[in-house]
Amino acid sequence: MTKISEETQETRTGGLTSKPVVDRKDKQQKRESKNVMQVEDLNLWYGSNQALYEINMDVPEKRVTAIIGPSGCGKSTFIKTLNRMVEMVPIVKTSGSIKYRDQDIFNGNFKQEYLRTKVGMVFQSPNPFPKSVYDNVAYGPRVHGIKKKEVLDEIVEKSLKDAAIWDELKDRLDANAYGLSGGQQQRVCIARALAVEPDVILMDEPTSSLDPISTSKVEELVQELKKKYSIIIVTHNMQQAARISDKTAFFLNGELVEFAETDDLFQNPQDKRTEDYITGRFG
Amino acid sequence: MLGQNEEGIKKRMEGRVLKNKIMAGLFFLATSVGLIFLVLLFYRVLTQGIGYLNWNYLTSGPAPYPEEAGIWVGMIGSIMLMAIVAIFSVIIGVASAIYLEEYASQNKFTEFIRVNISNLAGVPSIVFGLLGLTFFVYIFNFGYTLIAGGLTMALLILPVIVVASQEALRSVPIDLHQASLGMGATKWQTIARVILPAALPGILTGTIIALSRAIGETAPLIIVGAATAIYTLPDSLLAKYTAMPIQIYNWTARPQEEWQFVAGAGIIILLAVLLLMNSIAVLIRNKFQQRL
Ligand SMILES: Nc1ncnc2c1ncn2[C@@H]1O[C@H](COP(=O)(O)OP(=O)(O)OP(=O)(O)O)[C@@H](O)[C@H]1O
Ligand SMILES: [Mg+2]
Repeated sequence: MTKISEETQETRTGGLTSKPVVDRKDKQQKRESKNVMQVEDLNLWYGSNQALYEINMDVPEKRVTAIIGPSGCGKSTFIKTLNRMVEMVPIVKTSGSIKYRDQDIFNGNFKQEYLRTKVGMVFQSPNPFPKSVYDNVAYGPRVHGIKKKEVLDEIVEKSLKDAAIWDELKDRLDANAYGLSGGQQQRVCIARALAVEPDVILMDEPTSSLDPISTSKVEELVQELKKKYSIIIVTHNMQQAARISDKTAFFLNGELVEFAETDDLFQNPQDKRTEDYITGRFG
Repeated sequence: MLGQNEEGIKKRMEGRVLKNKIMAGLFFLATSVGLIFLVLLFYRVLTQGIGYLNWNYLTSGPAPYPEEAGIWVGMIGSIMLMAIVAIFSVIIGVASAIYLEEYASQNKFTEFIRVNISNLAGVPSIVFGLLGLTFFVYIFNFGYTLIAGGLTMALLILPVIVVASQEALRSVPIDLHQASLGMGATKWQTIARVILPAALPGILTGTIIALSRAIGETAPLIIVGAATAIYTLPDSLLAKYTAMPIQIYNWTARPQEEWQFVAGAGIIILLAVLLLMNSIAVLIRNKFQQRL
């Protein structure tokens, strides 16, 4: 079940001044938790179409945050804003602020490249490069200037192990990643994201194109990964959100309707709209 | 519903099937027109030229007598010309395409440039000849030299290469951009390591097809002063030169019948080179498609 693992509070490096998550349960239990990202009054427009309205959200460190909501409510837009990927669409305008470990990511001096090194992303459909498994996973480290074969070998092995696919692929590192199954490709993409050693991992419906077995592998993996990483995962599947996340955010029409501990949100929703959605009384 | 007037349907079916056959026949006929003329062309060129096509023809330059004349100087001239054309047009063309597709902000101005580059690809080659004459021959003062000819031809196929490279770059899935940028790669790293390798087969195919257009071009070369009778190979970029189409054009213009056969042999060589280049382009494309 979902509960905060005790070690998350101990393994944290001190010195960062983040305020505790302000939500009901945390207040009730007076539990302290650090935030890795803080979103304040975020608005986003595609041209003249507003897609996000006044979003405020604190993303807790080393936990899994699920984002649910009906199609078109702005889930992808929101998480792509967190690594500024959304700006690949030229007409996008934003207002408000997003902080990554107390640094404003929209600040001109804050490099996008740095942000994306720290805030990695796994996409909806597997998107390996048309290169070997090894070159896929080594891509990030190479981009960041690591050239030594031994170092790269080590990173590749570690990342593939962390992505729970080393045993399947250790003899096929030279094979083209396009020749793998969809589930394998997605885990290679996760390994590729891990190789950069990010702090936060954004996942946009990472299992939506996978079969049930691959899906449960990725879900198990997410549970493993949260020991080291803060994870934000978009999902269409409420059971999945309930299974794997610690906190859940419910989006509707570009608004963040409710954000709470996953158990609370599903068992005791505060907002009528959340209740309608999770009980299926919703379009 | 259909069962009620099965008879009518059957009757109409025959009509429809017949109509289909007639249409198929008409389309075949249309295709045949092109094919027949192509076959006639090959037949004429082969029967006229094959007699003169021998080792001696391949290895000697122009001569006062048809039996001694050869394509060597023209062939090497064309190859050197193409080398210059390829170097300049590919470097500038691919770089422009990268700028337009990957770096330029998408606004009215860049859209205007895009449209006009496509339009330039349709400008008659003789206009490029005049451009080359003004700039390279006179203003740059290269005179009637290999480099002036090469640069003129490079300008001629530049728009084709830009457009082909843009299309190749555009066809690289946005997924791959996102994957690379999402790991903190810069735009240039993404282009150099992911986008260009993926677009390369398309760029190569486009380049070869553009070059095969250039290798057959005559008009602009005449304007920028390719020599019609030259006996030695060009020894520098600033040397006089000739090219296969110029040589062939020169031979066909002569009154004695034998020269037509000499020209025919030249056309066979030119066609062979063209076919070779196009086959390479097709090979690259097929290999690439298999890989995906
Ligand atoms: N590139 C774009 N240009 C213009 N509008 C866009 C663009 N991408 C998304 N939108 C709009 O923004 C809104 C939110 O879209 P978004 O993709 O974030 O939804 P989503 O919650 O991820 O939906 P889904 O569950 O279907 O993936 C939608 O109304 C959509 O039409
Ligand atoms: Mg989405």
